Amino acid sequence: MGFLAAIGRATLHLLTACGSVSLFAAQAIAVSFRPPWHGRLIARQMLEIGYYSLPVVGLTALFTGMVLALQSYTGFSRFAAANAIPSVVVISITRELGPVIAGLMVAGRIGAAMAAEIGTMRVTEQIDALTTLATNPLKYLVVPRLIAGLTMLPLLVVVADVIGVFGGYIVSVHKLGFNPASYLKRTFEYLKVMDVVSGLVKAGAFGFLIALMGCYHGYRSKGGAQGVGAATTQAVVAASILILLANYFVTEIFFSRQ
Amino acid sequence: MTATPKIEVRGLKKRFGAKVVLDGVDLDVAAGESLVVIGGSGTGKSVMIKCIIGLIRPDAGSIRIDGEEVTGLDARGRERIMARFGMLFQGSALFDSLPVWENVAFGLIQGRGMKRAQAKEVALRKLAAVGLGEPVAALFPAELSGGMQKRVALARAIATEPEIILFDEPTTGLDPIMSDVIDDLIINCVKDLGATTISITHDMHSARKIATRIAMIYGGRIIWDGPAATVDRSGNPFVDQFINGRADGPIVMEVRPL
Repeated sequence: MGFLAAIGRATLHLLTACGSVSLFAAQAIAVSFRPPWHGRLIARQMLEIGYYSLPVVGLTALFTGMVLALQSYTGFSRFAAANAIPSVVVISITRELGPVIAGLMVAGRIGAAMAAEIGTMRVTEQIDALTTLATNPLKYLVVPRLIAGLTMLPLLVVVADVIGVFGGYIVSVHKLGFNPASYLKRTFEYLKVMDVVSGLVKAGAFGFLIALMGCYHGYRSKGGAQGVGAATTQAVVAASILILLANYFVTEIFFSRQ
Repeated sequence: MTATPKIEVRGLKKRFGAKVVLDGVDLDVAAGESLVVIGGSGTGKSVMIKCIIGLIRPDAGSIRIDGEEVTGLDARGRERIMARFGMLFQGSALFDSLPVWENVAFGLIQGRGMKRAQAKEVALRKLAAVGLGEPVAALFPAELSGGMQKRVALARAIATEPEIILFDEPTTGLDPIMSDVIDDLIINCVKDLGATTISITHDMHSARKIATRIAMIYGGRIIWDGPAATVDRSGNPFVDQFINGRADGPIVMEVRPL
């Protein structure tokens, strides 16, 4: 019986969490349409998420593209399909690896920072202080981060796509002996607009989820330093899991249209 | 009493889980009065003033500000009422991402939509009123001592010239001299503004100094309330024990014997 009770408790816990996250998101979206809009704060968050994440995302994308070319070659050359490598690299990067790698890196970098900052503000009563100064904390803290996440991650993924494809190109041309011109030609030969667009839609969804998890867990944290630490961990874990789940569902939506 | 009290609290109840914190608080505060609520740690002082200002939603009871019921207000009505309040938090709760002057000017810029340059002038005047010069205005809260942070927080609480100011343990954690400085500043600032104030404290020295009236909270209710000068002859054993700081008396601390 204890076993069944444990399952029931876990299920209820999960449903409660889903409900309160949805409510939190709905409240934040609702206030985002009412003025005043905090342009300065949105710009600062965009800089933080977009610009300062470039080195991390660029570096991981570069090596992902490189290893992708190398691995595909070991497999494909066994049945003389090495010519397919440029297409495999570009389609894998734009549809799948660009958004997921960028999403996971940003979840670690930004999701954690958001949860820690907002969580500290919560436990030091700074969020209460915002309210007493006639400022809506959801609008002041959460909305700028959601907007920045939603808009900046697609831009990061465009950069990650380019760098990832470039990584594949470097390895193919300098290590595997491909002809540079024909590699580039083959890269774009089978690439469709939808491949890139689906990747960018994923990126937007991931960016929103990362910011939502960071803000939600920070906002709900309690109990001092330990609570903030727990909130930070939960934000990163939840964002990473949601990215991988959302990745499947967005893929399925685009896949079933073809 | 003929005039409508500035703040009228009736039957205020709040529980967290199974723990009943407020069990029917009744309290009237007249306009221009300085009420100090005394009581031990964990007796619900903080929860009571957070209910009054609207940071915590009470389970039952009524709170009227100038005769207007505020417990059931929606977000917009809440913001309108909040603009008439100021609050000094126990841990100061300064925004650590903003310099001192922006902290003080926050309510003016975000809440009232004042121009930044104009708000800065007001902020510098308010900082001067709490004895802090212009060089401090450019510093960040983390660079200040506890006493200076408290003074900045006081300047922030009075910057919008609110009608009602709440002080949550204004002298806790300060040395006796700085406590006295803060008490003097509170008295002067309040006198200048003509504001109604509620302070909560367990510092009897501070309570005697700033109060025109003193109330004692115990077991989630107001058990005594009278003019500050009569606190020494209250005839109430709970109050006597508290103001004389005796371990033996009707209030029993839940401490296990060694």
